[in-house]
Amino acid sequence: MMGQTTWLQRNGRRIVVALPLIWLIVFFFLPLIEVAQTSFTMPRRGIPPFEPLWGFGKDGFFTNFNLENYALLLEYWQDYLGPAGNSIRLALFSTIICLVFAYPMAWWIARSDPRQRAMLLVLVMLPFWTSSLLRIYALIGLLNPNGFINTMLLFLGVIDAPLRMMQTDFSIYMGMLLTYLPLMILPLYATMIRLDDDLLDAAADLGAGRVAVFRTVVLPLTMPGIIAGSLLVFIPAVGEFVIPALLGGPDQMMIGKVLWTEFFRSRDWPVASALAVLLLIILAVPIIYARYQDGRTTALDQQYDEAQQNDIKPGAA
Amino acid sequence: MKFVKSKQIVVGLAASALATGLATVTASAEEVLNVYNWSDYIAEDTIANFEAETGIKVTYDMYDSNEVLEAKMLAGSSGYDVVVPTGDFLARGREAGAYQDLDLSRIANYANQDMGVQGFANQQIGIDNAGAVYMWGTTGVAYNVDMIAERLGDDAPTDSWALILDPKYASKLADCGVAILDAPTDVLPNVIAYQGGDGTSMNGKDFESAGDVLNAVRPHLRYVHSSQSINDIANGDICAAIMWSGDAFQAAYRAEEAENGHTIEYYIPKEGTNLWFDHFAIPADAKNLDNAYTFINYMLRGDVAAANVNYVWYASGNEAAKSDIDPEILEHPGIYPTAEAQKNLFVVPVYDARLDRTVTRVWSRFSSGS
Repeated sequence: MMGQTTWLQRNGRRIVVALPLIWLIVFFFLPLIEVAQTSFTMPRRGIPPFEPLWGFGKDGFFTNFNLENYALLLEYWQDYLGPAGNSIRLALFSTIICLVFAYPMAWWIARSDPRQRAMLLVLVMLPFWTSSLLRIYALIGLLNPNGFINTMLLFLGVIDAPLRMMQTDFSIYMGMLLTYLPLMILPLYATMIRLDDDLLDAAADLGAGRVAVFRTVVLPLTMPGIIAGSLLVFIPAVGEFVIPALLGGPDQMMIGKVLWTEFFRSRDWPVASALAVLLLIILAVPIIYARYQDGRTTALDQQYDEAQQNDIKPGAA
Repeated sequence: MKFVKSKQIVVGLAASALATGLATVTASAEEVLNVYNWSDYIAEDTIANFEAETGIKVTYDMYDSNEVLEAKMLAGSSGYDVVVPTGDFLARGREAGAYQDLDLSRIANYANQDMGVQGFANQQIGIDNAGAVYMWGTTGVAYNVDMIAERLGDDAPTDSWALILDPKYASKLADCGVAILDAPTDVLPNVIAYQGGDGTSMNGKDFESAGDVLNAVRPHLRYVHSSQSINDIANGDICAAIMWSGDAFQAAYRAEEAENGHTIEYYIPKEGTNLWFDHFAIPADAKNLDNAYTFINYMLRGDVAAANVNYVWYASGNEAAKSDIDPEILEHPGIYPTAEAQKNLFVVPVYDARLDRTVTRVWSRFSSGS
């Protein structure tokens, strides 16, 4: 009994850390390795529809490693660059739109009566309890030529002919905003709620105007929330497949659709994998690098803070 | 007292454990079947009737594209016993080892099949027992009668692919909405036929030039999508679309039900169109093989096949069903094409990997506008 307790005590931390780590390795890292492996093989008619990358056959170890899929992507780069550009442009604007809407909303929630705050946060998250697919279909019902908005405007005599809202950039951005807004509001709220009002008063007392207070105090202090929220919106938005498929027209070919096409229609799992790996490198590496830089400055700040505290401590004691 | 009680509990537990054990045994002895079929592709009570009659418990799942079914089959261990792929997908899957050939002697009702249709379908695959045709249909044009008349008057070529594929007409319909199926092998061969070529062509160049035709009308298209047009054309949100026959009738039916003033009609273009066949097939690793055969045999029974046709409005692969099929369906030239229209129908061959790539590339360029 005693031994067990101490074993648990000794290893409890490790177990707590190991569980999510194992989960990440099994369900995130291994599939990623699988995708990377597949990107170096060739397609075939069979189950699975690609050759094994390596194995042991009659003549011992063999490998089918080759770079043809990447060569193919380079050869037809124009077919991929357009949709990739579309996706990044769309994700970028979606992020900006979400930020513009989320910032004042998060601020308002963070500054409102603490008793109302919980209610407001629940309202922000409420849509998450319904299927995102249903919300998109509800949006289609609003935006259609014969939908609610057009019928209303026609009835009120504001317009003579239905507005064309579906299958446009507008409808896609509406879908993105609807889906991703809470992911932007929550991290912003988390930083804003910690923002000390005294800092704002102090800045104002020292003669800073509203704009100056925002620019020099509020913005830098909420920057972690802006970055976190932007990443949470931007990254899934780049690979978004459902929203452009349901709300977009033929002009909005996204990289997610291209991946779908390579995987399902060409039955070319290796090329689809190569494209996914390439996208991962193009998108993830700069972000990881930026976070690494950010992490270094934070670490420096921390050292600086600690040094200051240490300086003060002797005096306080 | 307390002691007795706990003893009772132990006995009770043991008894219930035994009962659960027995239940497990009977559960594993219970006959089951896993079916994977297209959505909206069976009468509402067919599965319940089958279960009542055979005692086999059916798990019935649905998909809405051949590609999704194929990806599942190619990944292996799908767990399904009966699936319903379209001919070219069945042929390719068979080549990959995903399907087992049928033992026709185990399907007594196979004798009910319309051998003309079944023979046509077998030709596409290359062997006679890869699958049993469930339903078949065409790809054609659905249009909103009033909206087209309003914009094109008597000029409207409502017997030709030109209504959609000729910019002269498509441009005048752009404001009310034109859509094309997102299914390259159901569209590109028809564009080739529209150009006066052979719909069964396996020549990459024909596909390139079909792509040019599509790119020319692209500015006038609302979207390229496979299932969205059913609702949109029924609601008057689009006015003309390349669609599968049954989908077009579903749209026409929905518009009629809604009494929204829209009349939808479907025609098989005079330049010809492709026929497609959906087969009952058995995955190579099906676990409930006996039940799979029982199910296919049941589905090929005349009255069952007829009930399904009367519900989904596609043509049946079953000859015996005809006596029970709604005359309105049997006489509909859009469902059972006239002898005249039949002359121009063709079956798309199974493409090799190289042509597959060309087709995908032509299609991606068209649908992405690059």
